[in-house]
Amino acid sequence: MDAVTKVLEMGGYAMWVWPAYGAVAVGLIGLLLITLRSLKAREREFAAVRRNRPPAPGDAA
Amino acid sequence: MTRKRRRLYFVMLGLLGLGGGVALALTAFQDNIVFFRSPTEVAAGKVAANQRVRIGGLVENGSLVKNGENISFSVTDMSNTLKVQYTGLLPDLFREGQGIIAEGQMKGGVFVASEVLAKHDENYMPKEVADALKKSGHWQEGGVQAPPRQEGGAPSATPAK
Amino acid sequence: MHRFANPTTFMRIANAVFPWAAGLAVVLFLAGLPIALVTSPPDYQQGDTVRLFYIHVPSAWISLLVYGSMAVSSAAFLIWRHPMANVSARAIAPMGATFTGLALITGMLWGQPMWGTFWVWDARLTSFLLLFFLYLGYIALADAFEDPERGDKAAAILAVVGSVNLPIIHFSVEWWNTLHQPSIVKMGGFTVDGSILLPLFLMLGAFTCYTVAVWVLRLRAELLAVKLRNARMSEVSLSRMPAE
Repeated sequence: MDAVTKVLEMGGYAMWVWPAYGAVAVGLIGLLLITLRSLKAREREFAAVRRNRPPAPGDAA
Repeated sequence: MTRKRRRLYFVMLGLLGLGGGVALALTAFQDNIVFFRSPTEVAAGKVAANQRVRIGGLVENGSLVKNGENISFSVTDMSNTLKVQYTGLLPDLFREGQGIIAEGQMKGGVFVASEVLAKHDENYMPKEVADALKKSGHWQEGGVQAPPRQEGGAPSATPAK
Repeated sequence: MHRFANPTTFMRIANAVFPWAAGLAVVLFLAGLPIALVTSPPDYQQGDTVRLFYIHVPSAWISLLVYGSMAVSSAAFLIWRHPMANVSARAIAPMGATFTGLALITGMLWGQPMWGTFWVWDARLTSFLLLFFLYLGYIALADAFEDPERGDKAAAILAVVGSVNLPIIHFSVEWWNTLHQPSIVKMGGFTVDGSILLPLFLMLGAFTCYTVAVWVLRLRAELLAVKLRNARMSEVSLSRMPAE
């Protein structure tokens, strides 16, 4: 337990070290999630466009 | 083919011209980009009295006098020394032998600082390695002294509990 | 170089690299974080704030690496009109902005306890802030026009012009006196002890692999956006065509 507190306290610098690691975690995980979300959305959109595509040009009318 | 060639030359020439221009501008404004002055520059009269500037150098060993929040010390660049007066909190890294930057103005031969920042160097090592280096006599750089390990840190970094 | 301009070849390589980069990023983070946060020693002067080193330096490194890649592909787009070059630059720009922001934030959280200030306008910090604005400018310009090709072109010019800032950032700590300390890389080695260098290298590797992996995902998304745009445009032109 003592070892855990020691790590958490960061030698008195906890208020600087932990928020910085938190910011990096939020940045990296957030970037990954946003990327995955837009990729999935576009894949769905693209699949839909393919399905609705008229088999031959000129059918649109 | 030739159009691509032409675009390549255009981009290369453009970058060259831009780089040259920026280099010239940076050289011309050298004095404004410099973040602090050395005690030698102050001694040479480059800093007018009452002009707000930053000065930088090492805190001279044995020069630090603390009287509550009233602090005085000397900053040296090894050839010239400047007396500094300051009232306020010092950063955690402030030690004798440590590089610092102070902002303020010259008043009658003494630099009256309103802000003191600590500068650190590019050497990173655990305490044991630093001690071993000092013992073996391989220690270099501005005569940095072994800092007493501060428990809890200075007031600016109170441990979060 | 021109061989990779072919989107099919480019994506074949990118997709082959992806699982390795993603896997390696996970492994390096799992190996590096416990060392960075727990087992590595505190610095003799900076104490435990040295742990900020292991995220601050990698963030800054990726910021510069990504800008370099963006500037090179922007130049390739302007000169040879490589069809993948602008796609890649568009995909990677938000990543560069994120890492530049993280380098600035972690730097401030390190500067306050050690220097005694969050921010100063010295040459290093100022040129790095400019890098952040260059990224934001690129992202804004790329989407500022009705016609995406005009956006590509304007943003590419900004990226190439802004590359002048890269050597300024790197050498700022040597050319001018600054509050920021000089580079840890010296002729013939590092100014850092091995016990602190090890977690730094692990985190540098982790950040780099993460960047490559997410970049590939963003490339796929960006390519799909191009395909979608083309599909819609052909639909519009088809519907406008008089029925034969």
